[in-house]
Amino acid sequence: MTIQFNNETFRDDYSFRNSDWAIKRFPFPFHEDSYMYSVNMEQHRGGPEGSVYEKRFDVDEHYLSEMRDRALVLADDPLRCQSLPHMTLAGWDTLELIMVSKSEDYPDLFELHRDGNRWRWVNKPMGIDQTFTFLDETTLPCGPLEYITRQTQGDFAVLDQRDEMLWMDAGMVTTQADWSLDFDIGMNFFEWHAPVPLAHEMGIFKRALKFLLNVQQGAPARRLNWTMTVNPLLDTSPENYHKWGIQKTTLTPENIGAKQHLRVELQTFFRLPRSNALLFPIRCYLIAFQDIVTVPKWGRRLHRVVRDLPEELATYKGFIANRPMMLDYLGQYDDGLPTSPGVWPDLGTEPPLQK
Amino acid sequence: MSAAPQKAKAGAEKIAVTVSAVVPLNDLVTRFEFTRTDGADFPPFSAGAHTVVEMRDGDRTRLNPYSLMSDPADRSIYAISVRRDDQGRGGSLFMHTNVKVGDQMTLTYPVNLFPLDLRAKKHVFFAGGIGITPFKAMIAQLEQSNGNWELHYACRTPALGTYADELAEKYANKVHIYYDDQSQAIPLEDLLDGQPLGTHIYVCGPAGMIDWVHATATAHGWPSENVHSEEFLAPQPGKPFEVRLCQSDITIQVGEHESLLEAMERCGVDAPFLCRGGACGQCETDVVEADGEFVHRDHWLDDEDHASGKKIMPCVSRFIGKTLVLDR
Repeated sequence: MTIQFNNETFRDDYSFRNSDWAIKRFPFPFHEDSYMYSVNMEQHRGGPEGSVYEKRFDVDEHYLSEMRDRALVLADDPLRCQSLPHMTLAGWDTLELIMVSKSEDYPDLFELHRDGNRWRWVNKPMGIDQTFTFLDETTLPCGPLEYITRQTQGDFAVLDQRDEMLWMDAGMVTTQADWSLDFDIGMNFFEWHAPVPLAHEMGIFKRALKFLLNVQQGAPARRLNWTMTVNPLLDTSPENYHKWGIQKTTLTPENIGAKQHLRVELQTFFRLPRSNALLFPIRCYLIAFQDIVTVPKWGRRLHRVVRDLPEELATYKGFIANRPMMLDYLGQYDDGLPTSPGVWPDLGTEPPLQK
Repeated sequence: MSAAPQKAKAGAEKIAVTVSAVVPLNDLVTRFEFTRTDGADFPPFSAGAHTVVEMRDGDRTRLNPYSLMSDPADRSIYAISVRRDDQGRGGSLFMHTNVKVGDQMTLTYPVNLFPLDLRAKKHVFFAGGIGITPFKAMIAQLEQSNGNWELHYACRTPALGTYADELAEKYANKVHIYYDDQSQAIPLEDLLDGQPLGTHIYVCGPAGMIDWVHATATAHGWPSENVHSEEFLAPQPGKPFEVRLCQSDITIQVGEHESLLEAMERCGVDAPFLCRGGACGQCETDVVEADGEFVHRDHWLDDEDHASGKKIMPCVSRFIGKTLVLDR
């Protein structure tokens, strides 16, 4: 299919919108009416046609606008993209993986022509036609990681693997849920997860690390994570908290449906072949509450999840203060009917709202 | 999230290959080269990675890990070098006697349990015998990126010095060969002394050599993070024993010459594995009940785990006793 790219913003006037197509394919993260941490990993080998799980790197209607927003963030703060000296090879791995995947998965949008190490990359939506020498940094306008992630939606953490541990040694992070690459760079897996409540005690991180150390070449994995964001902001970084944190106080019963967004991360994990590093793309999808509730099953379920979430988690995810208002809004869309298992919208089989 | 029904088979992803060359290197070691049967390029790999070779030996499927020793930059072939072990379990012998050019075989995707530390300012390699193989790939990779390395390679005799002449000729200033039959030995203590800050050392060879390098480096104050080693264990034969697998709800017999993992596979249990040599941790299995003695041989579990009797690595470890029930 041909994607119609939106012209929209994730700041100032917030003209970001999801089309009906984007709503129906939204990666709703709750497979049942409650939520607790789990490692919830599965293989990343396709998914239903048209879903965000189908391609290795999903391209959607927000592509061009997200890339413009990334360029604005980087212009203000170049430290959002960093790569420690030993991670250059992993940067080339990342570039290769994305170029090969996108040209195979979206041949109408991207082309890769390779003659030995002489490569030509064509990105039609962004109007890029670049010839360069693979593994020769001097032939690209910037480092390989920065080059390709300026053209790919989602944040990217590139984790070196040493001594049975993962290390946050490179990344491109401009669409993050309140964490900072500049703060975390060089940290190990337990250090950068230190602020997360409850999960350490539950042994989640020990199990997750063991799983990730064993993600093998040719067998990528994925999971979902989620939080809440007021206004469709991609850049909810600690560096800019003074700009966006205060917006959480602007919610009213009248504007909450439009302003309050569920923020879902599709996290994928790829073993990089040349460097043996682990690539961790974190793709952010935003959806307004008023769009979620157009899917009756999702409206019912989101109300129940938000209502029953442990206080520590609502605090950590930053919406404890707004929870009562969220519940007032979402309660209108919960008629108490049971919901079907699984994440899919099930529009054909789930009953419409009964009130 | 369960976006699609998925069932992964144990082990790494597989690649169908054709044997493209069989090159005897000396009395004991032969190189096998493979091309992809579908004609495509192989996936790139990082030096130090191994592949698990699947051998169809009559009714029996043999799965042996071998270091990839071809140049990682050459995606047209994968190559391994196999030392014939006449006293072994038969995998290497099968390769030497049965595998011919044109044969169809199956390899797994590369798995790297012995990677280069790319932060290193200098890499010093210690190889013993067939332990040279991962270093062949590491040297090729570092030569391309202008890496700083040197190799110290101990062989029994010049006639058995696999790749020794080739390496010494190509990299005369970086390669040092030591022949046992000429009473030459790696001057390890001298070599550990005075290396530049940020040097990493790597050892691959017999168990005794690996222990010697680790112990000597520790005694000389080297941080353990700067000392890397890889040793694949071959499963050892032992007395047959019986195991109850409670998840699968079957009781199986482990024969004298097969590993517990192999016995599970023979009985149709899809148990997880990667290296099959006690190093990767993938096959770790919980013990539900045991009345007898474990013969732990892996490098994965720590002493406490071994003593606890709660875990076993079925790829290399065995059991002697009356009852063993595993959560598999």
